[in-house]
Amino acid sequence: MQQNKANMLEEDTGEEAVSENTDSTPTHAMNLGGIVSGSDNKSDLAEEKICIEVNNFNLFYGQDQALQDINMVIPEKKVTAFIGPSGCGKSTLLRCFNRMNDLIDTVSVNGEIKIDGQDIFDKSINVAELRRRVGMVFQKPNPFPKSIYENVAYGLRIQGVNDRRTLDAVVEKSLKGAALWDEVKDRLDDLAMGLSGGQQQRLVIARAIAIEPEIILLDEPASALDPISTLKIEELIYELKEKFTIVIVTHNMQQAARVSDYTAYMYLGKLIEFTDTSTLFTNPAEKMTEDYITGRYG
Amino acid sequence: MNTNFKKQHISKQFDDELQNVLGEVLAMGGLAEEQLINALDSLLEGDISLATGVIDTEIKVNTYEVQIDQSCTRILARRQPAATDLRLIMAITKTITDLERIGDEAQKIAKRGLDLTEKHSGPKAYYISIKAMGTLVTHMLHDALDAFARMDSKSALAVANKEPESDDQYAAIMRELITYMMEDARNISGALDAVWVVRALERIGDHARNICEYIIYLVEGVDVRHVSLDKVEREIVNQDD
Repeated sequence: MQQNKANMLEEDTGEEAVSENTDSTPTHAMNLGGIVSGSDNKSDLAEEKICIEVNNFNLFYGQDQALQDINMVIPEKKVTAFIGPSGCGKSTLLRCFNRMNDLIDTVSVNGEIKIDGQDIFDKSINVAELRRRVGMVFQKPNPFPKSIYENVAYGLRIQGVNDRRTLDAVVEKSLKGAALWDEVKDRLDDLAMGLSGGQQQRLVIARAIAIEPEIILLDEPASALDPISTLKIEELIYELKEKFTIVIVTHNMQQAARVSDYTAYMYLGKLIEFTDTSTLFTNPAEKMTEDYITGRYG
Repeated sequence: MNTNFKKQHISKQFDDELQNVLGEVLAMGGLAEEQLINALDSLLEGDISLATGVIDTEIKVNTYEVQIDQSCTRILARRQPAATDLRLIMAITKTITDLERIGDEAQKIAKRGLDLTEKHSGPKAYYISIKAMGTLVTHMLHDALDAFARMDSKSALAVANKEPESDDQYAAIMRELITYMMEDARNISGALDAVWVVRALERIGDHARNICEYIIYLVEGVDVRHVSLDKVEREIVNQDD
């Protein structure tokens, strides 16, 4: 199925190509049309390996529909940004990827989300294991009231790893990976709460990558930080995509333009446009996207 | 007309800034067009004071270029424009470079016109051809600026389509001038001045076409530089589907 979809993507991006693939659902085909039309540059999405696949996905908070018929593919080891006005459903969609919405009683979903081809809402899925594979970082840094070291080691400890040498190695590697090692290496036993907001956020990212997830979800990771810390986080995102698939929700459009490879614009629970970031910010296909990114929204 | 330019930004100040810089570009374009018309008139009528006026006014065109560039830099720094706004700023910075060159070419025509008027008193039958080409190129520039003001990619394409015509006229006048030179060696000096004039006109036609390409980029979001006009036409038609 994954292979089929990749082929279909390739065919559809060909300028003259007419898709003869009858497998494609109409909604998905329409969505792809949106990606291709209006852009002279061929979208690279067709050549990417797919990590997350969202098919005809709907989500309700009680009676209210928060996500409407979302169809998209999120490429592996790239940064995908979700932008859109408040209440458009971007954070809701992001939280679906590790089933954080399960924690809200009134939420019901239909449609499917596949990670590496596997439906994450399938009964056989172990949610704890899913959340290990799909890490998440929130807007406000949330370190545990423990030492810097223990914050990073936490995930391994609850997996039962207590070997000091293994933990030391993972803590160092993760802190280095989160570009924090040089700043904290001499005070690993200090409380994490003593770090600055920007450092705390990088610590939380270190904690997330310590358990070697495949995907990292970032929900406005820099919106509570000063510009310099923001740039450090953005630089970090750029480095992290070598190893991880990154999905980021941001209110800062320039940030999405700076850090992401692909950008999705959402509005009122719908995916309006999803294409490579350069195209979206220079020549969006949809009028609604255009109005939003040029500040004509409202 | 691209309707998105009618819709206002949330930031009224940003709207004002864009309107101001657009106004400046159109004023600069108007000035460049006036320079071209006056330069041609001064040449064809042998009007020395008009020619001097064109030469002196050239500096105003240059001033516009610097001023508009500054405005664009400011907007880029402060507003981080995206999509149509970004393409508008890009199109403007490119357009004013071509307008400035058009000003230079008009000045060249005026200077050669002075030489032709003052030094060569003989009959200049080739003026008829130069006048025809001048009219074509003036119209091209006028229509290009008009298309810019209305953000009209179809008109821009129509203007760009005329550019080969100006190339043909250029080639024909060159042949004509060579004939004059062969007929009588005393014609050579004057005819060489005329060659410069015709060359300047041909360049202005090219610049007008460039401006049209920026307009198409601005409105349609497709870069049509170094692309055959047939392909551009198909591109624009496809966009409307």
